[in-house]
Amino acid sequence: MNVPTMAEMMAQGKQPEVLFWVGCAGSFDDRAKKITKAFVKILNNANVSFAVLGTEESCSGDPAKRAGNEFLFQMQAMTNIEILNAYEVKKIVTACPHCFNTIKNEYPELGGKYQVMHHTQFLKSLLDEGKITVSGGSYKGKKITFHDPCYLGRANSVYEAPRELLKKLEVELVEMKRCKTNGLCCGAGGAQMFKDAEKGDKEINVERTEEALELKPKIIATGCPFCNTMMTDGVKAKNSEENTEVLDIAEMIANASDL
Amino acid sequence: MQYIPNIIFAILLAFAGIFFAKNVKKLIRNIKLGKDLNRSDRKSERWKNMTMLALGQSKMTKRPIAGLLHIVVYVGFIIINIEVLEIILDGLLGTHRIFSPLGKMYNFLIGTFEILAFMVLFSVIVFWIRRQILKIPRFWNKEMKSWAKNDALYILYFEMVLMSLFLLMNAADYNLQQLNAEHYTHAGSFPVSQYLAPMLSGLSQGSLILIERSAWWLHIIGIFIFLNYLYYSKHLHILLAFPNTYYANLEAKGKFTNDKNVTTEVKMMLDPNADPYAMPEEPAEGEVPEKFGASDIFDLNWTNILNAYTCTECGRCTSVCPANITGKELSPRAIMMKTRDRVEEVGKNIDTNGSFKDDQKQLLNDYITPEELWACTSCNACVEECPINISPLDIIMQMRQYLVMEQSAAPQELNMMMTNIENNGAPWQYNQMDRLNWKDE
Ligand code: SF4
Ligand code: SF4
Repeated sequence: MNVPTMAEMMAQGKQPEVLFWVGCAGSFDDRAKKITKAFVKILNNANVSFAVLGTEESCSGDPAKRAGNEFLFQMQAMTNIEILNAYEVKKIVTACPHCFNTIKNEYPELGGKYQVMHHTQFLKSLLDEGKITVSGGSYKGKKITFHDPCYLGRANSVYEAPRELLKKLEVELVEMKRCKTNGLCCGAGGAQMFKDAEKGDKEINVERTEEALELKPKIIATGCPFCNTMMTDGVKAKNSEENTEVLDIAEMIANASDL
Repeated sequence: MQYIPNIIFAILLAFAGIFFAKNVKKLIRNIKLGKDLNRSDRKSERWKNMTMLALGQSKMTKRPIAGLLHIVVYVGFIIINIEVLEIILDGLLGTHRIFSPLGKMYNFLIGTFEILAFMVLFSVIVFWIRRQILKIPRFWNKEMKSWAKNDALYILYFEMVLMSLFLLMNAADYNLQQLNAEHYTHAGSFPVSQYLAPMLSGLSQGSLILIERSAWWLHIIGIFIFLNYLYYSKHLHILLAFPNTYYANLEAKGKFTNDKNVTTEVKMMLDPNADPYAMPEEPAEGEVPEKFGASDIFDLNWTNILNAYTCTECGRCTSVCPANITGKELSPRAIMMKTRDRVEEVGKNIDTNGSFKDDQKQLLNDYITPEELWACTSCNACVEECPINISPLDIIMQMRQYLVMEQSAAPQELNMMMTNIENNGAPWQYNQMDRLNWKDE
């Protein structure tokens, strides 16, 4: 797999068009790594000039900030900004809505001003520029629902890019009752991913998965590694793995094009 | 003798006015207990926001039934206030229907008020049914007990009585006009009360005047009471919805504030030229060292307190909160209500003692528990849902910051997550040097 790092690029005197910010989940989590690879396959196939930071990348600081540790967040942010600025990065794409939100909204005040895109927005722009073609493949006509990640949807008002990609995949898109601005959280945000839930009578991811499964979709599509984990666990908890798969839109596009 | 009613009226009006002004002063003082925050930028966007949300109620109709009925009550409330102006002038000058020389226009106005009053009455009854008979869940959450529950009902009863008095007054007036009673000029049109009029038609002129006058007095006294009840009620939103939407946050919802004090410290820590052994600057005598996050209302900013006073306790936020839906302690509405309760407590403390005297209490623990704070997923559903742009999330995050940065009181798993970020740049225990391993797997 061709994954150049910024350091390698710089050594060759090259500047990539876009930096792919992989994120912690995308780098280490087994499920999320598949999303990372699918996205890289699409980038390579479309001859996008990109690079990653590799071992120079560090946590964006989002979970620290949402947990209330402003110190740790700003330490992470400023360290990252120093590296990004040293490489004169202008444009960043990431498959993690949490990294996307933090870098886009919270880094500028700390000295990190970049054009930041979520991978669904980026894929949509590749499509518009004719650099990739998306068609249904094995997904054609399949019933699919999209779970809006909070940090993509409500936090940044991105609702259409993922849906337009799904339309290109020629799927039968069915919406949950709570979608778009009304979307229900998967339960992972605000650093909940890293702790047990407070005492209650249900897990949030189960509540959300039940809503999705009511539609009897073949696939629950998402655009966030954490939503992906939560919904996958939810589907398992409801013993529905046989009927319903949880996939990132990048994976679907890569699969549909046999990448 | 004949001026006695005018004088009584003037005294009542003055009392109502003075009492109201006192409460407004107190309100402003209490809001200013919060920290400074500059929201004087982007004026045109702010006006637009206020016009859409407060004046135009654009978010209310997201729930169509409640939204439409609310608009009826709101429009009724505003327009019927023109009538109150006439009542006040009549009261002070001893006139009757002072605007009646407006002729056709006047008839049209009175007719409109009547129809509105009837629609308001109808809406308010439906509101009551929704609360008390249909028991819509968001009105029955556990924070909706005692005062919160009664407050909502009192106002509904109040509106019912006020609107009925208005219609009764007109019905008696209509009869008196038919009898050509002295003073009772032929004016107004009575599309609603003409149907009530026959009920009173057998009465003598004296009784009719008694009914008309009683209804008139009760109606206006009721309005004075209502005005001064606002401060103690969730109905303060009638006034505060306007400044609250004007001063609301205009940034993307995902953008949380970066603490400037932290920025300064982190910059110093990362500066290779800084002397690592330099002592942190001692705060000057009498100066309180900067505290991170919020444990009491003084640490919040003034918009948080304005939010708390503006909250209508409608519970829309709580009904969409993933934590609350799944049975957790957290309810964003309760966060707002508890904040207001604490602000009120502090306000009373200041009223009694001249300035705030430590009462060994604070917003954290005495009102809002860490369990509530840690249940939040920061999903912004509450913020999105609130019809008047209140952010419970902002308060939750500031209080989390206090728990973590001042008390190191995060749940154990979160401490582990943060230690991992500190040591190896990821929330899990993986080595930063392995970050690119996926490429060859
Ligand atoms: S942001 Fe927190 S309080 Fe608001 S709805 Fe989401 S979980 Fe509930
Ligand atoms: S915060 Fe907003 S949505 Fe929640 S109860 Fe108050 S007014 Fe209603």
